[in-house]
Parts: sequence; C-alpha cells; structure tokens
Amino acid sequence: MLERNSLKSGLSVLAAACLWLVLSMPQARAQTDIEILYLEHQQERPATLSNLDAPPEDDGLQGARLGIADNNTTGRFLKQSYRLREVIVPPDGDFLAAARQALAEKPAPFIIANAPADELLALADLPQAKDALIFNAGAAETRLRDADCRANVLHTGPSRAMLADALMQFLIKKQWNDILLIEGPRPEDQLFAQAIRDSAKKFRTQIVADKKWTFGPDMRRNASAEVPLFTQVDDYDVVVVADEVGDFSQYILYNTWLPRPVAGSDGLMPVGWNRVVEQWGAVQLQNRFREQAGRDMRAGDYAAWAGVRAVGEAAARTNSGDPETLDAYIRSPDLKLALFKGRALDFRPWSGQLRQPIPLVHRGALVALAPFEGFLHQKSDLDTIGIDQPEAKCKLN
Amino acid sequence: MQLRLMLALAVLFAAAVPARAHLLFVSNEKDDTVSVIDTESLEVVNTFPVGERPRGITLSKDKTKLYICASDSDTVQVVDAKTGKILHELPSGEDPEQFALHPDGKLLFIANEDDAITTIVDIESGKVVGQIDVGVEPEGMAVSPDGKWAITTSETTNMAHWIDVDKREVVHNSLVDQRPRHAEFDHDGKRLWVSSEIGGTVTVFDVDSKQELKKISFEIPGISQDRIQPVGIQLTSDGKLAFVALGPSNRIAVIDAQSYEVKDYLLVGRRVWHMALTPEEDLLFTTNGVSGDVSVVDVPNLKVIKTIKVGRYPWGAAVLPTN
Repeated sequence: MLERNSLKSGLSVLAAACLWLVLSMPQARAQTDIEILYLEHQQERPATLSNLDAPPEDDGLQGARLGIADNNTTGRFLKQSYRLREVIVPPDGDFLAAARQALAEKPAPFIIANAPADELLALADLPQAKDALIFNAGAAETRLRDADCRANVLHTGPSRAMLADALMQFLIKKQWNDILLIEGPRPEDQLFAQAIRDSAKKFRTQIVADKKWTFGPDMRRNASAEVPLFTQVDDYDVVVVADEVGDFSQYILYNTWLPRPVAGSDGLMPVGWNRVVEQWGAVQLQNRFREQAGRDMRAGDYAAWAGVRAVGEAAARTNSGDPETLDAYIRSPDLKLALFKGRALDFRPWSGQLRQPIPLVHRGALVALAPFEGFLHQKSDLDTIGIDQPEAKCKLN
Repeated sequence: MQLRLMLALAVLFAAAVPARAHLLFVSNEKDDTVSVIDTESLEVVNTFPVGERPRGITLSKDKTKLYICASDSDTVQVVDAKTGKILHELPSGEDPEQFALHPDGKLLFIANEDDAITTIVDIESGKVVGQIDVGVEPEGMAVSPDGKWAITTSETTNMAHWIDVDKREVVHNSLVDQRPRHAEFDHDGKRLWVSSEIGGTVTVFDVDSKQELKKISFEIPGISQDRIQPVGIQLTSDGKLAFVALGPSNRIAVIDAQSYEVKDYLLVGRRVWHMALTPEEDLLFTTNGVSGDVSVVDVPNLKVIKTIKVGRYPWGAAVLPTN
C-alpha cells in the first residue's frame, strides 16, 4: 500500500518536474513562411521616336524578386522564409478581374502593386483587399497620396510632387529661378507639368514661359531647326521638360535658343532610383540586381524592392509573420529602412508615402541628392519634398 | 654637482621621450594606392600602388607583412611592409572588404561583400579552407583574442553572426540596428562592439552570454541625427576608452568604455570611417574619406593636432610598430 502510494507520488513528482522543464526551456523558433503577392498590369509601350531606351518588360518584377532574395538571406537565420506570388496581367487583360480571382484563390496580406492609378484604387477598394497591405510601386500620381488616399495603401515610389519639389530645390540652390516649361501632349506629361507649376509656387520660382509641345514630325531630323525657334522666348535660366515616355525631350538639349541646362524628363532628372546611384553602399545593391536581372535597376524595380524589404525588416524586428503585427510595425516610427540612400527611412502617417531622398541624375552620374541644406523643417527635412502634414488632404484618421 | 645634475637631467629626458617612429599604412580606395606616414614626423614618406579598390588593411602576426583587401581585384595582396613590394596574393573569395587575422597568425577571416560569404584562408598554404554562409553584404570582421570566435556583420541583413572557429559554423546571430559596418573585440575579449551606420548606434555585447550589454546613441549639437553614422571602432587596451568614427558628421566620439558615456566629440576630416592607434596608444589616426586626409589625435589630451593629405578616399589604417 505504502509502496504504491510512493510510486504514484513519485510519478507525479516526475511528471511535474518534466512539465516544469519543458515550460522553462526557451521557446524553440517555429518556421514562418511569408508570401507576398506581386500584382502587375502591364502597359502598352507607346511608340516613341527612338527605341534606344525601350523600358524592359520586367520593370518592377525584378525588383520584387530581389527583395525576396534579400529577405530570404536574412530569414535563413530567423527561420523565416519568403515567397513571391506573381500575377501579371497583359495589357489587354482585365486587371481587376485577375486581382479578384487571385485574392479569392488565396488571401494576400501583402501586395506589391504595379498598376495605373485608377486600377490601384479599384484594387484597394476590393472587399477582399480590405485587410491587405498594398505597396504602390508603380503609380506616381500625387492624388493617390492625398485626396485619393486609402487606408490599406502605402507608397514606396515617389509622387510627382516629390520629384518636382526635389528638382525645384536644386534649381533654387543654383539660382536658376526663371523656368521655361515645356509640356508634352500625353496625360502623364500634363500631370508632371502641373507638379512643376505647383512646386514653382511652393518654392517661389518663376515660370516665365509655359509652352505645349505639339510637334509631330521626326525630331531626330528636325530638332535643330524647330527647337531653337520654339524656345526663343524671353529670358530663362533653365528649360524644364515634361515628357514622361521620353519621346522628344532628349532632342531639346543643345538645341535651345539660349544656352541653357535642360531638366525634368531629360537632362537633369529627379528619379526614385537610377543606375548611376553608387554612394551609400548602393554599388552592392546595383551589382546584386544586375547579376539577377541582367540589366540595370530602374525606379520601378527599386519601389517594388523597397516594399518587399519593408515586410522583411518588420518580420525580422518583430520576429513574427502575423500580418497585423507587421502592418503596425511598418507604419510605426520604429521602422528604420536602410534603402541605400544614406539614411533611415519610414512612412509618412498622413499620406502613406515612404519618405526618401530624391536623386537628381543625368545619364552618366548622380548630380545631387535632395533635400538640400537650407530648406528648413520643424521635424524632418525629408518632409520639405512632397506633401507635408499641414497641407495634407488625406482624411483617414 | 652641476655635471651630476646635467647627467641626471639627460637620463631623465632620454627616458621620457617615447619611441614614436612607427609607420601608418592607409589604403586609398579610389587611387588604388597605399600611403605610408611616419608617426613621428607625421608626414607621408611613401606611396605605393596596390590592387583595385583597396579597403581593409591589416598586419601579419610577425609584423613584417601587410595584408590588403583589393576588393575589385577579388584578392588579398601580401605586401612587404618595409619596401611596399607586392610579394604574392592570397585567394579571398569575391569582393573582399574587411578581414581579421586569427591570433595564431595562420588563418585570415575575410568578409566577401558581394557573395554573402565569410571565407577562411590558410595563409601558409595560400588556400581557402572554408566558406561560411552569412547574411547580405558582409563587411565587418573580427576574431576574438582567444581565437574562439569570428564575428561577421552583414550590412543589409542587420546581424552580427557569431562563428565558432573550431566548428567553422555560425552558431548564433544577433540582430542589431540598421547597417552594421564594423565589429571590434575588447583587448581582454570580454566584450564585442558593433557599429550600426544607418541605425546610428553602437551595440556592446557580453561575449560569454552573447547578450546585449548596452546600446550607445550619439547626439551632436547642431548636427542632424541622420548624419551621425557610426562605422569604425578603436578600443584602448586598458579598457578605458572607445573611439567611434561617425561618418558624415565629420567627428569621432570618445567614449568612456566603462560607463559607456560619450565624453567628447572631436572634429576631424570629412566622412571619417576608420582609425588606428599607435602601440603606445598615444596617437590615434582617422581616415577621412571625402576630404582625402588623415587626422592625428593626441590621445592623452584628446585633441586633434594635425591633418595629413593622402590619396583619394582613404579607407583602412594599420600601424606597423618599428623598434
């Protein structure tokens, strides 16, 4: 009798001891798998006068793939793995239908979207996308960060307002205050030209002449005859050209009536990223990209890469794959993204825009990096470019 | 009486003047050269050509040779410290950036920036004896004084990887603030210091437990926080002072290595990244990349006493003691 009781109590002590041992051991890391959806609506490339700089078909996609590779190299040490799900809709395809189907097949908590502005909004407004975190890597429309903002959208590419502001700060630094603005015929050109006008107002430079480019004939032959006449207007310090597809702006250089620098869509260009950015360790990123993609990294690639990296950074710091946890961390001021632009970056709460320095480049080199010293701000000089909090029209909170 | 006094004074002076004539080697990243500075005259006495994009620079155990990471040549060059002649090359894996010599003088641990690998090279045989997978863009490299640990920091993965030297594998990973550039062990091997360039901090680890002891932040009046970018670290052997190069803020921080308080910031040249101490630890040299010069710091008085022009984008620094 005594023996059985002793045995029982002995066993319970043993069981208790085992339980205590198991509970007191450090929690073994479970494997976390994170899938990111890359959703693109390919666009028909407009016919341009010259095909020298035709944009690649996989612009954006390669950036997302590199982001996954970088995340996985880190994730190896944290038992986190990343996967890219690629849904690419051809130009004549129905983007929204494809998006709906993709989200119905499998929920997508993280989406890298590369689509025109209105389609991005339609995606964000889908009921199945309500709880997703969408990174806009393809549409530069300022209104997406402003009146047309969405709670579930963050922007990793710069807005046209940011690009225009960056250029305008440089013009002021150089005291090139008088601008001849040339606006191309396409809707995108009009948007960029408007951004330049708004920026000129913001920074108090002067647009002394505002002209619309309406030439049809082959500028490759006629530029030296047509452009001088076209640019023979008063005096100006700089010519800013809005020609987003690069149809005619390259023929403006050296053909202007007055010897003046050209900026905007050619010459001195404000960009989200460019192959000539080499400082701040960027050479490493450029090399990794070139090795993977077989071409140079473009702004669209960088924006897609940045979105994927934001997810990776959040997962590493929170040690979690839970979408809500990562979403909160990405939006918090704790986020510090090292994206090869020389400083830690995070998202503006009032617009969802990734704050970032804007490189000003020409085809051969980086000229300067905005924002510039002298442009003051109470909180962060990065907020002197793009929409700042007091003027924000986004009403989400 | 006067003679005895004079003799006594002579002896006193002879004893008081420290032996100072060492050689400082500085790699000039964009010139593909190494500048040699006499630490007594504080002048450049020689400049010799090396491979492409020289960065990390370190001395052999017997102090007769210099090892130089020629990153774009994908090699480690072995240079005669006296003549500057390139003796031969060691394999290094691709794009070697920084490296650390094992205290036994036999193994070189090299961070291969482009390949996410740490390469181990046996110096005598000139062969690669191991390659270890680490995080994205490894740069910082350090080996503990007892030879048990090799640390690689991965810039984009934001980790310090603890490599067990005997097992030749990574056994622990410490997440640090963004873009860790450099790792440095205390003289007694008890602490590991890691700098985070974009995070703007320096983290100190206890080597035994691998736990974080302290995270040091910096604040310089009038300088925007994002310009304070810690890179290189130098520690005095008495464990009392730590120097941290703060990049584009153009200053180095002087830290009380016991209390972790920043005692002072010294203005040096532009974009200061790395440093080297003389064996007596009475002089500290800083490499100022953008201004292309080296600043000389009088350590006991914590004052910058001279600036010496070198080549373009000076990067690494190593002092060869000569007595």
